[in-house]
Amino acid sequence: MTGALRVLEHNLIVYRRTWKGSVFVSFVSPILFLAAMGLGLGGLISRGPVRTVDGLPYLAFLAPGLLVATAMQSGYVETTFPILARIQWERTYEGMLATPLHVLDLLVGEFGWLALRLGLGSVAFFLIMLLFGTVHSGLGILAIIVSVLTGLAFAGPILAWTATQRTTTSFSLIGRFLITPLFLLGGVFFPIHQLPQLVQWIAWLTPLAHGVALARSLLVGVVPSSAGIHLAVLLVYLAAGIAAARITLQRRLVT
Amino acid sequence: MAIRAADSDALIHARGLTKRFTNLVAVDAIDFDVERGEAFGFLGPNGAGKTSTMRMIGCVSSPSAGTLRVLGMDPVQDGPRIRARLGVVPQADTLDTELLVDENLFTYARYFGIARDEARRRAGQLLDFVQLKDRARDRVEFLSGGMKRRLTIARALVNEPELLLLDEPTTGLDPQARHLVWDRLYRLKQQGVTIVLTTHYMDEAEQLCDRLVVMDKAKIVAFGSPRSLIDQYSSREVLELRFPIDVTPPLDKLDGLADRIEALPDRILLYTPDGEAAAVAVHGRGLRPESILVRRSTLEDVFLRLTGRSLIE
Repeated sequence: MTGALRVLEHNLIVYRRTWKGSVFVSFVSPILFLAAMGLGLGGLISRGPVRTVDGLPYLAFLAPGLLVATAMQSGYVETTFPILARIQWERTYEGMLATPLHVLDLLVGEFGWLALRLGLGSVAFFLIMLLFGTVHSGLGILAIIVSVLTGLAFAGPILAWTATQRTTTSFSLIGRFLITPLFLLGGVFFPIHQLPQLVQWIAWLTPLAHGVALARSLLVGVVPSSAGIHLAVLLVYLAAGIAAARITLQRRLVT
Repeated sequence: MAIRAADSDALIHARGLTKRFTNLVAVDAIDFDVERGEAFGFLGPNGAGKTSTMRMIGCVSSPSAGTLRVLGMDPVQDGPRIRARLGVVPQADTLDTELLVDENLFTYARYFGIARDEARRRAGQLLDFVQLKDRARDRVEFLSGGMKRRLTIARALVNEPELLLLDEPTTGLDPQARHLVWDRLYRLKQQGVTIVLTTHYMDEAEQLCDRLVVMDKAKIVAFGSPRSLIDQYSSREVLELRFPIDVTPPLDKLDGLADRIEALPDRILLYTPDGEAAAVAVHGRGLRPESILVRRSTLEDVFLRLTGRSLIE
């Protein structure tokens, strides 16, 4: 797998020039969301008759959801346009495959890099959560890993799909009909059990609901009995995604 | 078909090499051998199967049928080991526009497992070789087409390849940029690098190639050195006649003035050992073309003879 490391090194060299902007964004977005939704909306809820959501102050309920949902969105963004660019417009992958590298090196390198990026983003988010006082247990730090895994669980299948595309049309459809609905209905802003039964089922079929549920428990210091199931779902999505991407990318680049 | 050497010496050995896509035969059972140290060309129009052949040699496309050995190995089994010793200049530049000029060479060297210090040393040396040293810290997108091409060639040399594959190395470049590329390729050849290139420019093939095959419609239609192909398939000289657009060319009056006559949309070509004499004879028959040109035969004429079509349409 030294080949994968070299692909990762390539991304690192690119990142050397762009890291400032990307770090800035990774802090600004959680601050905005937690301030607006958590303090604004949460303030409203705390003055209402129930005062908490699933037993948590709204800010504490919301923060882990946003942490994981942000990773989902990064996973989606990083595996659509940038990947098609490397396949088709810039043809970077064609150049890489003219060297001893394999398609699998390329994939593992890209996913390794994405994991690092998601990790950095999640750590930044976690620091902001500390600042807002929404981390109630040392176990909470594990939520960073859950967040990274959730991002990758989306990235795998989406990258596999991207490798079959010649235009960007479907990317905005994925955003509109998968990512945004999940963001709204996947247990980030309110508990899934408030939704109609059918929608609940659909939500639990996706990685987001599992990532959010697990991260939320960990942040209050509880390892839920369903932790194994949550993790398994995330890992299955990731593994299936990489396996599928290996096939579609191979078909696309090595003809 | 003339095959020069025993299979074992050939850097590339192909017999009955075929590439089929779903509803298209891109390469149809071609045979060729490329020897160490030579410059070998695939000449043909777009769609002749040149790029498909190059991709199979570069181990990024598997043959549908036939035998292919590259550096004595099987491209399907030993792809990475073969690619470690190849340099590839693809038809469309695949430079990394997110990286600077020298970073492109450095990261590419790393893909081959070359140590960082050595990668940096080679990057500097190669930028010197392709005359881009003063652009080392520039962004790739600010380079001209010719500079990008030279950078791509430098990148293909970063692993010190024994075999350099170039797919249409100068397509789209202006004449000055082309000559600069040719000059560098010529130097590489003198350093002992084996060069395989595709082109649809006859002058490029004549300048660079020791031997070449002419491809048309997925098949090899002729094979030899540029000179021998011209000798074999064309006359020594060509007389080109142009008539005013509103005049129907008097083809019947030209009968017997040349070994062979080709009527193209814009001109008439008379293939003859002595162009001057033929021109005098044309006048003698009372014909007054708008312009007359006597020139030597080129590979373009060979291609026209073999396929009935021009190379660049």
